[in-house]
Formats: sequence, C-alpha cells, structure tokens
Amino acid sequence: MLKPTIGLEVHVQLKTRSKMFCSCPVEFKAEPNTLVCPVCLGLPGSLPVLNRQAVEYTIAVALALHCEIQPFSQFHRKNYFYPDLPKGYQISQYDLPFSRNGYLIIETEEGEKRIGIQRVHMEEDTAKMIHGESISRTSGYSLIDFNRSGVPLLEIVSRPDISSPQEATLYLMELRSILRTLGVSTANMEEGALRCDVNISLERGTRTEIKNLNSFHSVRKALEYEIKRQEEVLKEKGQVIQETRHYDERAGVTLSMRTKEEAEDYRYFPEPDLVPLKIDPPWIEEVRSRMPELPEDKRKRYKELGLFPQEAATIANNPELANFFDSCLSLGAPGKEVANWLLSEVMKYLNARNLSIIEVPLSPEGLVEFLTVLKEGTISSKIGKMVIEEMLQTGDGAREIIERRGLAQISDPVLIKKWAEEVIKENPDQVSQYRQGKEQLFGFFVGKVMKLSGGKANPEILNRILKELLLRE
Amino acid sequence: MKITLEIVKHIAHLARLEFSEEELKQFYQQMVELLDHFARISELDTENVPPTSGILPLYNVMREDNPGPTLPREEALKNAPEEESGFFKIPTILEAED
Repeated sequence: MLKPTIGLEVHVQLKTRSKMFCSCPVEFKAEPNTLVCPVCLGLPGSLPVLNRQAVEYTIAVALALHCEIQPFSQFHRKNYFYPDLPKGYQISQYDLPFSRNGYLIIETEEGEKRIGIQRVHMEEDTAKMIHGESISRTSGYSLIDFNRSGVPLLEIVSRPDISSPQEATLYLMELRSILRTLGVSTANMEEGALRCDVNISLERGTRTEIKNLNSFHSVRKALEYEIKRQEEVLKEKGQVIQETRHYDERAGVTLSMRTKEEAEDYRYFPEPDLVPLKIDPPWIEEVRSRMPELPEDKRKRYKELGLFPQEAATIANNPELANFFDSCLSLGAPGKEVANWLLSEVMKYLNARNLSIIEVPLSPEGLVEFLTVLKEGTISSKIGKMVIEEMLQTGDGAREIIERRGLAQISDPVLIKKWAEEVIKENPDQVSQYRQGKEQLFGFFVGKVMKLSGGKANPEILNRILKELLLRE
Repeated sequence: MKITLEIVKHIAHLARLEFSEEELKQFYQQMVELLDHFARISELDTENVPPTSGILPLYNVMREDNPGPTLPREEALKNAPEEESGFFKIPTILEAED
C-alpha cells in the first residue's frame, strides 16, 4: 500500500457570548437575520472592534497546542466575492498569524504520536447560505442568513504528519477534547462548530483537498475513498490532479468541484480598521494560570496509576468522565479498579442509552462504596455487575441494593459444602471422569454449585471445598 | 512587476467591474505611473525601519464580550433587493462562474 500523507485544516467556532467584531449575540437557533447589526452586515461606515474574550480563548488554545504565540500579530483582509461575505472580504490573518509551530499528541495502537500544528489563527465566520434540498439549486435563487456572519473562528492547520484515516480521526478527537476541556467551543461537528478540510497525497505526490467534512464518519470515509481513488489513478499510470474535491456523503465518493481557471487571488492586505495586537508574556501567563488540566496531562497522570494507554485516553478525552474519575480518586479509590468498572459496566450502560455520566444518578461516592463492598467480599464481581446496573438506574447505594435483594455473598463453608455434596451425588459419571484425570470438568461442578447458591457463593471458598471433596475418593 | 493590459483586466474582473477598452487603457496608464512611483519609493534604504501596518500609535484595542442590541429584522432587510421569510434572497451563485 502506498503511504498516505494527510494534513487537516480545522475551523472552530469559539463559544463567546458576542461576535468577533461587534456585540451581536452568538446563538445558533435564532430566527434568521435577527442577530445582525451594521458591522456584521458589512454596511458602509461601520467599524470592527475586537472581542477580548475571543483573543484570550485563542491564547488558551495556542498554549494547549504547544504553539509559539507571536508577540505581534495583525489582521488582514482576504478579498473575494461571494454572497456569504457582505463586505467583499473576510477579516482573517495572513503572514502574521496569532501563533505557530505547535503539536498535539494522539494515542495510537503503536503508542503516542506527535502531530505538528503549523498555525492557529483567528478569522470571522461567514453568513449561512441556504440552497440545499428545500430550495433547489436550479430554482435560481439562494437565501442568506447573516446571524453567523462575524462569529469568531479559529483556523487550526496541522502539518502533514497524519498517515491514516484512523490517525485523522484520533487527531480530531484529541483536538475536540482539548477545545471542550478549555471550554472555548462546543466543538460539535454535526452543528458546524468544528469543520474540517483535508489534504491528502500518496507517497508525497500531488495532493487533493476535500472540503467541508462535517462528521467524524465523513472524514474517515472521505479519506478512505480518496486513498483508494488515488491508488487506482497511480496504478493505471495516470496523474493525480491538484484540485479541490467535494465529499458526497450519500454516495460515499469524492467528486471534483468545478475549478476556477484562475488561481485563487485573495489580494491580502493589512486590515486598516483594526490596530495590531501585542501579546506580552504577562497576559499569556494570566491566561495560562486559568487553564484547567489538559487531556494530555490527564492521560499521563492516569497512566502513572497503572491504566493502559487506551484506558487513560478514553477517560481523559471525555471531560465529564474524567471529572467523575478524578472525584473517585480524591475519595481514595484505587484508579485501576475505578477505571475497570467505569470502562466496562458503566460505559456499556451509558453507551446503550446514549447517556453521559452526568445524566445518571450514580455518584463518585456511590462507586467508591461499591468498590469497598466488593473488596470486603460481600458480593462477587458477577453479582457486582447486577448491583452496579441498579445503582446506575436508581442511584441507590450498593449496600442498600444488596440487602434489599438479598445478594450478599455466601461465605458459610457449611452451607457451601452441603451444595457441593449434593452436586457430587447427582453427577456420579462426571465425578468419576474427573477423578480419572479429566480436570477441565472442574468448571462444570463450580457452575452447578453456583447455580444452587443463586450465584451468591463465595467463589474462593467454593473452589477450595469442591476440590477437597472431589479429591477425596 | 510590469503592468500589462491583461493584469488590468484581471484586476477589474476580481472587483467584478466592467470597463470599455478605452477605460482599460486609461487605467493601464495610471497603474504604470503609480507603480513607477512605488519603484522610486522602494529605492530608499529601509534596512533598519520596522514594517508599518498602521499609522496609529495604538495596539490592543478591544471590547469586553458583552452582547449588545441588534438591528430589528425589518431594518436589516430594508435595503435588500429581495427577501423571503426573513432571509435575503439572491440569484443562485454557482461554485465557478463564467
């Protein structure tokens, strides 16, 4: 297989309360054209004023991505005509971007991998055009809603360090988890708060760009398709053409977009309506001091507790789960055991119902009590699965559930011995086979005794007693 | 950079402006003069002069992130040649024109 080289360009909507250059509120479900003013409608004479919060969010993201923050940066006008751009230009950044040269770390099956970040810069979002299914493209018109015009965006450009569709997905997941941990964006792809363009080439040959991928699924599928397509072109001694392609989600294919004959000519020039930004170290340090622990550091801490890298990543990349896990840790619970239950029974329950850990009544205190009960030997882990499910449903304590349902483990050797003798008496054939050396039958006896006990017999005591009785001729 | 008539036409197209041949020639002449002027400025030694992006001695002019009033929708749509259900209505623009 030819080696793919993939780079991602991601646009992220920042979760500020107001727009980037005017004070119109940022909301995503408002009636069309109700969150607009002369600035974001591009009316003559209006002037932009930069939102401080957007700058601070950008500093936080740049720090989280290990970027160098430029002490001096500036906005440029990117000039092009399109109806979603009322001024005829987009305020963006060009040769003096906010920050560059960073990286993020993904946790692949082969271990950690660093993906370089080329730059992080700020720009304004465009208006939303509607010419989808409701309005046919051939009907001759489109509708425009300017509510989105001027919403602050980050453009995050990776280096071409990604070498598979799986890695691209991991990169996006890591980025999303960083953005959510920082609280700077919902980073929800389906709602368009995180949008992705990909660049892909094989063996560092000619690359194509696929634009506007709006789900994790589309990113993976579009890349898989494009790798296959380019492979076939090269196999037939053809040439990959440098072009922009569009991913057709329904057909699962990438299609060439009609390309403009002229090369893009944005005629960037410094935005004269905005003064430059100077970001000094004290400001950077102030933002840094307010930043929460990042997923990368969380993972490291969890791995030190004995969690496997994949386990650590799953918890660290889910802020709500990580909070829950950390609360259990601070209650003194052993990390490894908490993780085992969280990632098996608890996740199974949550995933089946599409719930988040904060949407169920199980508390960290509850889980820690459960682990104590388990350790005391009051219940087996098999019974534990039943108990935890009920805890997830009702929020009741483990001891309460065990008592109510009579689930406590039976450790009374007299009782267990009685059951074991019964099983031996009723299965003479198996007993003689076992005694002749068919040792794998041991599980059969354990199962029978367990069944008699209603699943409550203490497995260790049961094993010991059974062995004694079976070996006694 | 040498100005040609082709470049003038290209710039006019980028700005979505149409000109007569006569006007194009006139702009061509003006642009040649303009660039000559800049060529003369470029002769200056600017080795130790930092690039200027603005003439104001100001940095970091920002506002706090507080939502403010917006235009009533009727006002926003007032100058729209056409509207429909609260949207601006425009002729369909295809990805590539021409």
